[in-house]
Amino acid sequence: MHIMEGFLPIEHAVGWTLASAPFVIYGLRAVRQRVHEQPEQRMLLGVAAAFAFVLSALKLPSVTGSCSHPTGTGLGAILFGPVIMAPIGAVVLLFQALLLAHGGLTTLGANLFSMAIVGPFAAAAVFRLARGLKCSFAVSVFLAASLADLLTYVTTSLQLAWAFPDPVGGFAASFVKFAGIFAITQIPLAISEGLLTVVIFNALARFNPRELQDMKVIGSSEVRA
Amino acid sequence: MKRHQNLLLLVAVVLLTALPLCQVQRPEAGADGKPIEIFTGADDKAMALIGQIAPSYQPWFEPLMEPASGEVASLLFALQAALGAGFIGYYLGVSVTREKMRREAGKRQEADAGDRAC
Repeated sequence: MHIMEGFLPIEHAVGWTLASAPFVIYGLRAVRQRVHEQPEQRMLLGVAAAFAFVLSALKLPSVTGSCSHPTGTGLGAILFGPVIMAPIGAVVLLFQALLLAHGGLTTLGANLFSMAIVGPFAAAAVFRLARGLKCSFAVSVFLAASLADLLTYVTTSLQLAWAFPDPVGGFAASFVKFAGIFAITQIPLAISEGLLTVVIFNALARFNPRELQDMKVIGSSEVRA
Repeated sequence: MKRHQNLLLLVAVVLLTALPLCQVQRPEAGADGKPIEIFTGADDKAMALIGQIAPSYQPWFEPLMEPASGEVASLLFALQAALGAGFIGYYLGVSVTREKMRREAGKRQEADAGDRAC
């Protein structure tokens, strides 16, 4: 989902940066407030960031014959709410943009919007919806994390289609082409991300049931003795 | 059961990752005789597609710093994953130990209460 440095026209680059900035600023305030009020959650916040670090570094092969990577934003969005992932995503994307020439500073806003804003908000919404529909905890986590991953890549395809409409078919034709690269490749990866997020939640629910209960992520009846 | 479930989930992830490697066939070499590369990055494919849709588009900004080679890039990616995995491992290790100590403390308290009741 990394749009490469310089590969968005300047007005799009500026627009996405302006769109993402408030989320990052609001997210930073949310992080600061959370750490101030509940300092014991600092470590868990670190785990959410670490998970995004690991998953976004893993480039996995997919059925389309190209490689892509998961995003790892579902965990933090479910634990802490979606806004908190905006600054965390900014750290990950800055690391990759500055040191790896992967993504870029001019495309940071657009990449932030897909990975650290649309993804986490989708994760939080899907999780609440699935829980509301009485899905089990594991199924809800799986759906939230994998749909967040997939929607991140759909967003990237939309962003690129908007910036580079097809000369013949326009926006729609262009979107189909970009989605063919990003979204189809991402389907097995999104499933993997969903499964891995369930794995880490299983570990957290087993060893840190009190924290999860305090954060109202799991109900008291779901804690295993 | 939970541990069993995690094992199964991890096996599923490995399968999902490994199966494409067996299933995708390398296409025949193109007209220029160069073998076609497979499993390249989707980001690069998108970049190539931009070149097709808008051939006149010129990137207007260059990365400030590029890894000196593919090897250096993989070093940095490995570092990124190692940092994250290290932190998660540390946290889970701390949590496991804390949970064990909590349980032992709970048992000791029960035993103490039992002694007093006698």
